[in-house]
Amino acid sequence: MNKTVTSAAAAVADIPNGATIMFGGFGICGIPENLIAALVARRVTGIHTIGNDMGIDGFGLGLMLEAGMIASHTGSYVGDNKLLESLLVSRSFTINLIPQGTLAERIRAAGAGIPAFYTPAGAGTQIAEGKEIREFNGRPYLLEHALHADFAFVKAWRGDRMGNLVYRKTARNFNPVMATAARVTIAEVEELVEPGVLDPDAIHTPGIYVHRIIQGERYEKRIERRTVRKVPA
Amino acid sequence: MTHLTDQKKRERIARRAALELYDGAYVNLGIGIPTLIANYVPAGIAVVCQAENGMLGVGPYPFEGQEDADLINAGKETVSELPGCCYFSSADSFAMIRGGHIALSFLGAMEVDELGNLANWTIPGKLVKGMGGAMDLVAGARRVVVTMEHTSKKGAPKILHRCNLPFTGIAVVETIITDLAVIRVTKQGLVLEEVAPDTTVEHVQSATEAALLIPAPPRIMAV
Repeated sequence: MNKTVTSAAAAVADIPNGATIMFGGFGICGIPENLIAALVARRVTGIHTIGNDMGIDGFGLGLMLEAGMIASHTGSYVGDNKLLESLLVSRSFTINLIPQGTLAERIRAAGAGIPAFYTPAGAGTQIAEGKEIREFNGRPYLLEHALHADFAFVKAWRGDRMGNLVYRKTARNFNPVMATAARVTIAEVEELVEPGVLDPDAIHTPGIYVHRIIQGERYEKRIERRTVRKVPA
Repeated sequence: MTHLTDQKKRERIARRAALELYDGAYVNLGIGIPTLIANYVPAGIAVVCQAENGMLGVGPYPFEGQEDADLINAGKETVSELPGCCYFSSADSFAMIRGGHIALSFLGAMEVDELGNLANWTIPGKLVKGMGGAMDLVAGARRVVVTMEHTSKKGAPKILHRCNLPFTGIAVVETIITDLAVIRVTKQGLVLEEVAPDTTVEHVQSATEAALLIPAPPRIMAV
């Protein structure tokens, strides 16, 4: 079994206009840099993006927004992307803002074959509008539905050609759940290894969820907010 | 009445908020003032800080040159690891939040009202930040503590009879800690428990739209 694809360009070559795509990452930490760049190079349009946020202007998903490729976005936070925020305030862009935990669980549910679930997050707020509300033990819960995608772009630290993935530190974030929730999951890794190299007890995403895997060509791994302490003298 | 700089106000709020911590607590510190609370954890108390992007055991900012693009907190700031830290996915992170495993959630607010309702994610027509994890945190954490400046930059009250802005959560706030006072949300209403040493009960009430209940003389807030 070999899920390796030779390049990011080849991995995204069949993605049509209008596709729904999940993007792993939190801010610009753990984002699929190479796959995003390859998709931007193809200039597909009408993409429905799902991701926690749109990163920052000029990097990550922000590049797709600036290229006019995105038809709608589903996420939990926009605050660090000025272009997105201005598009929203001027109402020239469709965005579905949902609580971050609800977003994660809707994606998890999709991958786990759960069509819907009840959650307390957002009860009584405007995100509850139009949703089924049910009380359990005297407390209101919202019915939230599974969130599927055509494609998921995920980024891992290491992976093998069977698609087993290991993430590094907080670059894990949404990547493992998104890997489970799309018809086609495409993973990019910093280091692609042979099967048997990764410790089977330490695999975060079992290969069954991954359909294509590429060795990322290069990683900028930008830092959004560099906060440091002085080294004591 | 002394006039504190914004920085001094923020430090004061964080220092008082840290007194809500207890040994062994798993806590989530939100963005802004809540992040500063980690600087004032009382001696002899060990808490574990969660970052909802997928980490328990968040440490201080890294030493210069040690910063790692793969290691950030929920405010997207570079952080460091404490011994015993661990990482997990966003789904696992919010399962532990929703499941009631987080003892204390500290958040900022645009508005809080006397029913414990919280608004902190959008100003319609002006500002859309998104709720991020705030709706999940206030629904799931065992105690929700709001840390914020008592009034807006223009001096308008932020502790209201009813919130005007869209809600983040309904009847979720348990305690409000500001530069002027500590207020508990009770079934009867807002109880003024502590007043800062450089202000008065009358001034706190004048800076608060909601009526404050004073069943017992307020203590002097530790600052």
